Amino acid sequence: MDVCPSLTAQDFKSGVKPIWCPGCGDYSVLTALTKAFAELNQPRESFALISGIGCSSRLPAYTSVYGLHGLHGRALAVATGVKLARPDLTVIAAGGDGDGLSIGGNHFLHACRRNVDLTYILMDNQVYGMTKGQASPTTDPDWRDSKLTPEGTGISPVAPLHLALASGVSFFARGFAGNPNELARLIVAAVRHPGFAIVHVLSPCVTFRPEQREWKNAVHQTDAEPSDTPEHALARFATDDGFTTGILFADNRPAFMPPRHERMSPAAIARRFGTGA
Amino acid sequence: MDVEVLDLPAPAVAVPGATGSVSVALVGSGGAGSMRAGEILLEAAAEAGLFGLMTRAMGPQIRGGEAAALLRIATTPVSSPDDHLDLLVALDWSNFVSFAAEIPLGPDSLVLADPAEGDAPGAVRASGARLLALPLKQLLRTVPGGHGNMIGLGAAATLIGLDAAVILRVLRHQLGRKGEAVLAANAASLSLGAEAMAAEPPLCRLATSDGAARWTISGNQATGLGALQAGVRFVAAYPITPATEVLEWLAPALAETGGVLVQAEDELAAINMTIGASFAGTPSLTATSGPGLALMVEALGLAVASEMPLVVVDVMRGGPSTGIPTKSEQTDLNIAVYGLHGDAPHLVLAPNSIADCLFTTHWAVTLAEQLQTPALVLSDQALGQSRAVIAPPAPLPQAAARLTAAPQEGGYLRYALTESGVSPMAIPGTPGGAYVADGLEHSERGTPSAQAAAHHAQLDKRAHKLALHDFAPHWADIEGEGEIGLLTWGSVTGAAREAAARARARGIRVRLISLRLLLPAQPSHMAAALAGLRGVLVVEQSHGRQFHKYLRSHYDLPPAVSVLSRPGPLPIRPAEILDQLLAWE
Repeated sequence: MDVCPSLTAQDFKSGVKPIWCPGCGDYSVLTALTKAFAELNQPRESFALISGIGCSSRLPAYTSVYGLHGLHGRALAVATGVKLARPDLTVIAAGGDGDGLSIGGNHFLHACRRNVDLTYILMDNQVYGMTKGQASPTTDPDWRDSKLTPEGTGISPVAPLHLALASGVSFFARGFAGNPNELARLIVAAVRHPGFAIVHVLSPCVTFRPEQREWKNAVHQTDAEPSDTPEHALARFATDDGFTTGILFADNRPAFMPPRHERMSPAAIARRFGTGA
Repeated sequence: MDVEVLDLPAPAVAVPGATGSVSVALVGSGGAGSMRAGEILLEAAAEAGLFGLMTRAMGPQIRGGEAAALLRIATTPVSSPDDHLDLLVALDWSNFVSFAAEIPLGPDSLVLADPAEGDAPGAVRASGARLLALPLKQLLRTVPGGHGNMIGLGAAATLIGLDAAVILRVLRHQLGRKGEAVLAANAASLSLGAEAMAAEPPLCRLATSDGAARWTISGNQATGLGALQAGVRFVAAYPITPATEVLEWLAPALAETGGVLVQAEDELAAINMTIGASFAGTPSLTATSGPGLALMVEALGLAVASEMPLVVVDVMRGGPSTGIPTKSEQTDLNIAVYGLHGDAPHLVLAPNSIADCLFTTHWAVTLAEQLQTPALVLSDQALGQSRAVIAPPAPLPQAAARLTAAPQEGGYLRYALTESGVSPMAIPGTPGGAYVADGLEHSERGTPSAQAAAHHAQLDKRAHKLALHDFAPHWADIEGEGEIGLLTWGSVTGAAREAAARARARGIRVRLISLRLLLPAQPSHMAAALAGLRGVLVVEQSHGRQFHKYLRSHYDLPPAVSVLSRPGPLPIRPAEILDQLLAWE
């Protein structure tokens, strides 16, 4: 892999026209991600961008790096396989709140505790957009605009930060699609963090959640140092409104990578089945 | 012991009444050591240059409960358990009734049991087997630190004419580290058992050939070794009976050969991890059983659509649902062949012996890599958890490498339409090869497309690459000539093979056809294999006749077709197949 320092954010776009609605927050995430790729100053072929299913999971086709657009909910499992097989690659998983926290919820918590050196961009709009507007795991219980749950869901939303901390995440940042430069900085920091790093992006769905246009007034950046223990972070963000942006948590746990030795040939191992072995 | 058991040269032995094989079972409650004794006996057979097969009957208990080691030891390779046991050694009778149906006794069987354990169970007495006292408890009092299972083993070895010195050699090899005192107590126990049988005429004497090279291996180990030798260096899996031993064997073996095994959080993660590793360029595999396969089916479709090489080993057990986890059945054929949604051409293979688990898994990896598609390997509990003493396997062919793309200057088409249907795959890290592997239908470039032209072209591509590949000669094992065919697959092939041999010994000419490749179907090869047959007997282990229906949907069968199909957990015995063949004559 030759280092090619002259790549710009534009070089990391594929030119394929996104299926997203005008005004979708995911455009800004694409911009931030390609800026981050350029900032990381690595060749295109050193990245693998893995996603599941949903509006935001369409992201890989819009970039010019290696990608895999797989099954609903399974991005983190695929990304784990890529990284464990090829530790030399920079592996980023991306997807939405339904993909990551509902159908893929089990992989979310195990990715946190396994702590493989991955970056996970979780684009949260509190709605299923691709299926035209149903409640997601992060939707408030009294949201009544879905024909599936006309009385509201009546169940509590998941708080990605708290779930991740309780599951053993190594790095957690929150960004806002409306601030792509800051988001690019958070993605770069997450990629450089050795271990499982989540970038939780508040990415408005202007089609099914038009009220999210107001998020730009709700977000507030923290200038405090990131917490470095889950206990500290949980206490600090116990009453967090969900709109605090910045790097909220980072520990220095070593990333998980199974040991590799190459001391034996398969033929030598086969001989163990022989008599007298 | 049936003197017609094997149509192979008579063993060169001088003892009157000697035959080619002997079947022995050791039973007892969990912890009595029947399995351990069985394993030592099997290992001793290998040391003596014999062949053998050890199946097991176990209850669902994690520890304790019933356990039976069922062995058949022979002078020639063993393909199947025999119809009846020659010898049963009961270390105790507790829980025997719960698996009595799996212990085939007859009037020619000899049963050793301790009278102190009480009367033999009704099923044993009803069989007409001859009972002989082996006073284990009483004998144990004479050996401090002795073991009942070793007394039973000593008695069994004496009765089948296996040299005590060989058993001692195996014991020394296995127990040497535990010190001389432990070894001495075990040796003394063995001697007590042998002495107790000194007055009994031996049931047989097997011609041994010390020093002849043998392998002792289970089907699950052979599966793991086949994968390793074919180049698999990434495995992700979730524990499940009866597939776990594939993983337990592979974990250290992969670590020693530069590979990785990951215990995933569930089967969904397991197969998606292998898809990721394969995307990254590493030959990858997962192993599971029916319930896990059901969870993996969606991802198999992704592997088909995105053309990702991948192997899924399914060690089948009784189903549906949780079914009978510890016992064998051939009932995942339907889900393996038909379970994927959409038109999803893929590979389904099945090993037909323990030794063949090595070859077929190796071939599955090779085909998956060559054809860039998922391959399912349908093993089962009867193969996976049984151990065999076999001749050292022939060297495996060089595994074919994946067709990869060289660095590109631009315009790379991952899903290019080629003559063979296989297109060069760019591995991440290859400059200019970036593309998105997608479960969405796509153009040659890999860009999502919902257009008819792209869909039809890619459907054709994925079908053609399998249709154009030549799977001869390994697609099936075809043995013998005649007008009657035995059509079977998987573990049941062992019993069918022996039934065919017995039929031939009676002058009935039989052609055995055992399918190793179930998908894609091979109609022209099958037509040639069936040519000249006036009828076939289909043999399978399922309730719903899955294999028969599969055959009907893919092949033209001869006019006369008979089906011997029974669900698990009882194995289909050679004599049952032979009876059906005789009924045809």
